Amino acid sequence: DTSLTEVNSFSPSVPISPSSMINQYKFEDGPELRDLFITVDDPESHITAIETFITYRVVTKTTRGEFDSSEYEVRRRYQDFLWLKSKLEEAHPTLIIPPLPEKFIMKGMVERFSDEFIETRRKALHKFLNRIADHPTLTFNEDFKIFLTAQAWELSSHKKQGPGLLSRMGQTVRAVASSVRGAVKNRPEMFTEINNYMETFSQKINLLDKIAHRIYKEERDYFNEMKEYGPIHTLWSASEEDIADSLKGIASCIDRCCRATEKRMAGLSEHLLPILHEYVLYSDILMSVLKRRDQIQGELDSKVDALANKNTEKDLFSEEIGKLEDKVERANNALKADWDRWKQNMQWDMRSTFTNVAENNLHYYEE
Amino acid sequence: MEDCLAKKMEITVSEAEKRTGRNAMNIQETYTAYLIETRAVESQSEGQCAPVESLWRRYSEFELLRNYLSVTYPHIVVPPLPEKRADFVWHKLSADNMDPDFVERRRIGLENFLLRVASHPVLCLDKIFYAFLMQEGGWKEMVNETGFQLKADSRLKALNATFRVKNPDKRFTELKHYSDELQSVISHLLRVRARVADRLYGVYKVHGNYGRVFSEWSAIEKEMGDGLQSAGHHMDVYAASIDDILEEEEHYADQLKEYLFYAEALRAVCRKHELMQYDLEMAAQDLTSKKQQCEELATGTVRTFSLKGMTSKLFGQETPEQREAKIKVLEEQIQEGEEQLKSKNLEGRDFVKSAWADIERFKEQKNHDLKEALISYAVMQISMCKKGIQVWTNAKECFSKM
Repeated sequence: DTSLTEVNSFSPSVPISPSSMINQYKFEDGPELRDLFITVDDPESHITAIETFITYRVVTKTTRGEFDSSEYEVRRRYQDFLWLKSKLEEAHPTLIIPPLPEKFIMKGMVERFSDEFIETRRKALHKFLNRIADHPTLTFNEDFKIFLTAQAWELSSHKKQGPGLLSRMGQTVRAVASSVRGAVKNRPEMFTEINNYMETFSQKINLLDKIAHRIYKEERDYFNEMKEYGPIHTLWSASEEDIADSLKGIASCIDRCCRATEKRMAGLSEHLLPILHEYVLYSDILMSVLKRRDQIQGELDSKVDALANKNTEKDLFSEEIGKLEDKVERANNALKADWDRWKQNMQWDMRSTFTNVAENNLHYYEE
Repeated sequence: MEDCLAKKMEITVSEAEKRTGRNAMNIQETYTAYLIETRAVESQSEGQCAPVESLWRRYSEFELLRNYLSVTYPHIVVPPLPEKRADFVWHKLSADNMDPDFVERRRIGLENFLLRVASHPVLCLDKIFYAFLMQEGGWKEMVNETGFQLKADSRLKALNATFRVKNPDKRFTELKHYSDELQSVISHLLRVRARVADRLYGVYKVHGNYGRVFSEWSAIEKEMGDGLQSAGHHMDVYAASIDDILEEEEHYADQLKEYLFYAEALRAVCRKHELMQYDLEMAAQDLTSKKQQCEELATGTVRTFSLKGMTSKLFGQETPEQREAKIKVLEEQIQEGEEQLKSKNLEGRDFVKSAWADIERFKEQKNHDLKEALISYAVMQISMCKKGIQVWTNAKECFSKM
């Protein structure tokens, strides 16, 4: 396969090899059909007179015809990702757009530019782009393509086109207004079910996120105490003769336990914590998607009501209503399909993540 | 150790009971009494079992016994008692003396103490110890009648000796250093172990929360439901397993604690040696100065400055009769002094010999016991890991079925 060999010879500095990417993400149609590979790495700090910000390198390799070239390398900052997300939401209001890492973390003493924060964000951004690439609809979005391929100045000028700030604000106002109106009357049963499910799911996933963080913290505290425990035995062995060897043996075993604990912690922070966090964000996204669907349906319903009250201009209304009905149906279908897909993904993610946690614990105890 | 009591008699501290009574100041107090049961070990030829004898003792009586033994056998490393108050606790354990776990561990410690004394070649022959085991009434009076409190050395005297002794046996000095090191390292180890136990407890218990949330989550899932539910159950098992694990570790901690307290017993023997040595040095010094005085008086020369000498020079010398009398007294004292010095020397040498013999015995016992304790600790850790492997293997299976 030419694309794979090209990738291998591209640059030795690419940190994530395509084969490991294949292992990380589930492919609906099998790995052979994946034709878009994206990596996010190499955070760099930029200092200007006005601000300091970080850019990330986004590398894309593809065999798709729509792309002029098979390799692209661009630099993007967090703002650009935000732009992409909002464009996708605009274009596909009832599709489940993957979550972006938060702007900043309120709790904790994480500095905006600490290495830990940047690395967590980088991994999340990488995930974000790849989830889009995996999505059967979103992957062909034009803005997505521009995001991956345009040079910095090209992207800026492209951003300036399209609905301005005011119209976007208008959208938001309408959305708020419709949500204030309360639950939609004619919501199909299915979406109410999804809504109920999401409420409970959101609660549970938030709890799991907290629990996982707590476990990580307890393990770190345990590790810190263990670090002191081993050397005491070595110190003791210095005063003894007969039992010196036994004591030294125990000291070295304790040190090995320490290292195993470190590995276990790393496993948690690399796999479990990011996934749980992603799904915490997902549950917020899903609630918004459901609201937007409701909002679209709300538009339809209010027009239908208006029609019932006004017998004149029936034809005009009918056409509008027809269009709205189409819109609602499209939205519903899109959401349904995406929901099924999301659920499957979630199941797969949870299964593999928790299995991974169990395996890590097994290795820990075996060691 | 053919003759030691432990071989002839089974000794157990089998029960503990809360009691209330009036103490020496006629104030109502609550205390715990321990039941000591003894039974003579019959030789194999006789099929019958001897009857069990028993009596109740409280902790303060154990203390009295130990004080008596320490004073009466200063050359022996006397086994220590379990701690008076709970030390080195981690948060789950209570520091309350009435707490049932503490009482239980103390019961085991007291039994251990009695067994150690009973298996000691010298201590097991002591009559007071035997009476402690067999005679409930009047034991305290019996102990006090021995007058052992009078034989006890004052702490101040001992401290003074430690600083001023010039020529202690080097082995005892080394032993003292060793016991200081042992005490410091074991107490440090126990402190850190308690903290580690605390943290480990936290890790395990938080996993229990998984169990609850998984179970709630499984209610809304269709395909994932079963896997989540059973995985949650395993998380609960995991969280609960830490209680037994840490309780076992407490026994290990108690074994180390015994040797922490043994360090104090070692130091007591060293102090006794220093005291005797200092006594000896002082007696020798005293003798030398008396001999010198005598010589000066006899020859009329004053070699050393003394106020008496000066005053007698100033106010006239003594009469020859006075001088003769003084010399006579001094000669008698010197005679006594030489005899005393001889016997002190002998005492000192005997002490060193027998103390060192017991110290060698102690060293062997210590090495054996500590090695076994360390091994059992390792075994505990292995068993903990095996349990962990089992739980997580099960959990993994449940997860993969989600």
